[in-house]
Amino acid sequence: MRVVEKRQLLSAEEIGRTLRRLAHEIIEESSGAKDLALIGIRRRGVTLADRLVKAIRGFSNADVPMGILDIALYRDDLSTIGTQPSLQGTEIDFPVDNRDLVVVDDVLYTGRTIRAAMNGLFDLGRPRRVRLCVLIDRGHRELPVEATFIGRAVQTSDTEIVEVRLQETDGEERVVLVDRVP
Amino acid sequence: MQHLSHLLGIEDLTHEQISFILDQAKPFQEFQRYPLKKLATLRGKTVAVAFFEASTRTRISFTTAAARLGADTMALQAESSSLKKGESLIDTVRTLEAMRPDGIVIRHSSSGAPEFVAKRLEIPVLNAGDGTHEHPTQALLDALTIRDRKGRIEDWNVTILGDILHSRVARSNIYLLSKFGAKITLCGPAMWVPRELEDLAPNLRRTTRTEEALEGADVVLVLRVQTERIHEPALAAEEYILGYQLTAKRLRLARPDALVLHPGPMIRGLEIDSAVADGPQSGVLEQVTNGLAVRMALLYHLIGSAPVDAPHPAKDRSNASD
Amino acid sequence: MLLIKSGRVLDPASNIDAPLDILLDGERISKAGANLSAQGAEIFDAKGMIVAPGFIDLHCHLREPGQEMSETIETGTRSAARGGFTAVCCMPNTQPVNDSASVTRGIVERAAAAASVRVWPIGAASVGSKGEALAEIAAMKDAGIVAVSDDGKPIATARLMRQVMDYCNSLGLPVIDHCEDPSLFAGGVMREGPQSIRLGLKGIPAQSESICVGRDVEIAALTGARLHIAHMSTRGSLEYVRWAKKQGLRVTCEVTPHHFTLIDEDVRYDTRYKMNPPLASREDRDALIAGLADGSVDAIATDHAPHHPASKDVEFDRAPFGVTGFETALALGLAELVNPGKLSLMSLVELFTTGPARVLGIKRKIAPGEPADLTIFSTEREWTFRADESPSKSRNTPFDGRAFRGAPMATIVAGRIAFRQQM
Repeated sequence: MRVVEKRQLLSAEEIGRTLRRLAHEIIEESSGAKDLALIGIRRRGVTLADRLVKAIRGFSNADVPMGILDIALYRDDLSTIGTQPSLQGTEIDFPVDNRDLVVVDDVLYTGRTIRAAMNGLFDLGRPRRVRLCVLIDRGHRELPVEATFIGRAVQTSDTEIVEVRLQETDGEERVVLVDRVP
Repeated sequence: MQHLSHLLGIEDLTHEQISFILDQAKPFQEFQRYPLKKLATLRGKTVAVAFFEASTRTRISFTTAAARLGADTMALQAESSSLKKGESLIDTVRTLEAMRPDGIVIRHSSSGAPEFVAKRLEIPVLNAGDGTHEHPTQALLDALTIRDRKGRIEDWNVTILGDILHSRVARSNIYLLSKFGAKITLCGPAMWVPRELEDLAPNLRRTTRTEEALEGADVVLVLRVQTERIHEPALAAEEYILGYQLTAKRLRLARPDALVLHPGPMIRGLEIDSAVADGPQSGVLEQVTNGLAVRMALLYHLIGSAPVDAPHPAKDRSNASD
Repeated sequence: MLLIKSGRVLDPASNIDAPLDILLDGERISKAGANLSAQGAEIFDAKGMIVAPGFIDLHCHLREPGQEMSETIETGTRSAARGGFTAVCCMPNTQPVNDSASVTRGIVERAAAAASVRVWPIGAASVGSKGEALAEIAAMKDAGIVAVSDDGKPIATARLMRQVMDYCNSLGLPVIDHCEDPSLFAGGVMREGPQSIRLGLKGIPAQSESICVGRDVEIAALTGARLHIAHMSTRGSLEYVRWAKKQGLRVTCEVTPHHFTLIDEDVRYDTRYKMNPPLASREDRDALIAGLADGSVDAIATDHAPHHPASKDVEFDRAPFGVTGFETALALGLAELVNPGKLSLMSLVELFTTGPARVLGIKRKIAPGEPADLTIFSTEREWTFRADESPSKSRNTPFDGRAFRGAPMATIVAGRIAFRQQM
């Protein structure tokens, strides 16, 4: 089984533009950032949320709080994947009650990660609203989950994987579509 | 991480494995503060909690840990008199096999009993204390408490005070702390601190004089006085207090920020005086919370992992690469 | 008639080490010499093998009467024959204890009907081996006992030991003691030392044995009786025995193969390593080997102690003490004593033949008129011991699966081949 790159979905520059656009959308659709907070899903969701917070601060001076969510304890596929994933810990140091939360992740696929994220958030309190922001929506939903803020929607097949590579986590900046071939 | 299939003792764990377990306990320390302390991570799993020796605290700690992870527990409690003829561990093992739990937590008065069970069952076995051999989760929660209170586990002067010969808590702590560079002093009445203890780890010294043992200590681990050991003449309480009680005055010989730990249950006024037990240097309450966190982390990893022959899904539906 | 041809005869009693043929007629040795032939005799080709007088095991447990699920006289002696033993002395801790002529007769009769080798019972010293009243030793002697012991336990008090020794001295019987101090033994399960500390198992200090040996040796001095120390396992005990011999006292001792092979560090939680006396420290084991080499130790005895598998399949604390040993004794002697050059082959044969014979006050030699008991063995044959192939009912041995070089090839008892190795 080999992995081959099929095509690039976003270049570094396109990632930057997309995130700036998403940052503006979030603020516009959030009645001025009152009670707003971003929650990044480990790992790349955290990097993206961090960048969105900085972008928002850049054009609006608003300081939106940010939390980190580790969904490992909430996954539904644990009994089939063998060794348990290491826990890295959730770090949300503000109360979740009555907050307007935007969950940030790199790719939306089956929706199971977001389902787990919601379970994790509801264990901490009762947010007023939860919306989802993703860089790529690749379709193939298995649960009724939708993203409000979408960087780019792409058509993919089952064997393909969308790889989001960010400077902070991967040492390069691009989004590619790869395929697994026998 | 090196995959652990059982937790039988600290002696065979590596430095990396111990550090990993302590790191994994951190999110569970946080978790104890959540309003809703119930996960679905181990939903559908059953943990057999088999305690063949009386214990309330450790048993409740493990049962709560399992329940908070969403697992069910099956409680097997034999009579505390383990001299009962006829009831053999092998019969309990067979009963367990028939009920198919996903893991077993076992405390037993015979050293080697968890290993006996692990050899015969295909499920993970966690040692909650075997005879005078090991009590690994105690040492792990003690290490976590040391790390939180003092910033690190490495290289402290540790004094262990009491009946070392008959203490599994002492042995597990000796193994763990010496893997992290501790200089350990063992102190107690002469018949309970025999020479052979020095072979357990490097950098161990023994003394029968409490004042000498406490000088310069960074961590003081006070053991409880075991009254249930048979075949042993007991030491009168007044004798023990005179020579070995951890009083406030004796504690002043240690470093000013020395941490005092006790595996519990404490007999106030015997091995430790109340002022010390309740004082600012005492870590006993954190030990309890940390016990829950460590046990949740161990159950999460040992019981949560799939059995070796679990079927894998035909398609990999995960896009997650981390 | 049976003619043993072309073997190398080692006979310690006459100091013979030579290629000789031996002719057996009925239950006696008829002739020993070079190039013998005999009309109508069955020929046993002993080429490449050693021919020795029949081995004697001074210490074993046949469990009959009363514990037949672990072993019987029939199964135990078949195992003994496979080990090269032509005679075994069985200890009295049966159920009931062999403390009376009727139990002794029962054992002797059962052996006559079903045993593969000679069975020489040892009678209890006290009634029920309870350490109180003297057993009916004279009556048992008439019924066939060869020695007296309360094995399983020490003879309870110095005072009782004195009575037993005086009485047995007058009857010409040796007193065999299982030496142990109950207050130091106190619930222990292995030798006290660094390993017992590591494993968290209750230890028995070596002095538990030597204190009792010291006591017995003093009483032997007081009474002049014959004292034999069973399964000696410590250098402290050996020192007392050496002292006693120097004083001219009639004190002898035996060591088991597991005690000259294994040590306390070999114990983990496997109950096949649990026996009494327990495996000793390295220093004690090495001292025992030195004692075997310099003649301070008189005999190797197996203390074959079978326990049916279910009874040993428990936590270490709860398992009964004992390991089997007939079939690995010779091979261990070769592997641990002769091959590393600690002992000569002739000395090893002494430890299995003239040594035990001396303890019992009998002769063991290859000469015309002597009983036709021979042990024929190979020092070269390679084999692996497998407990489940043994005729013993029990499997409790630490040597299961061990490869050996050297094995018994034939065991001849009263002129009859009791065991012959398949080639």
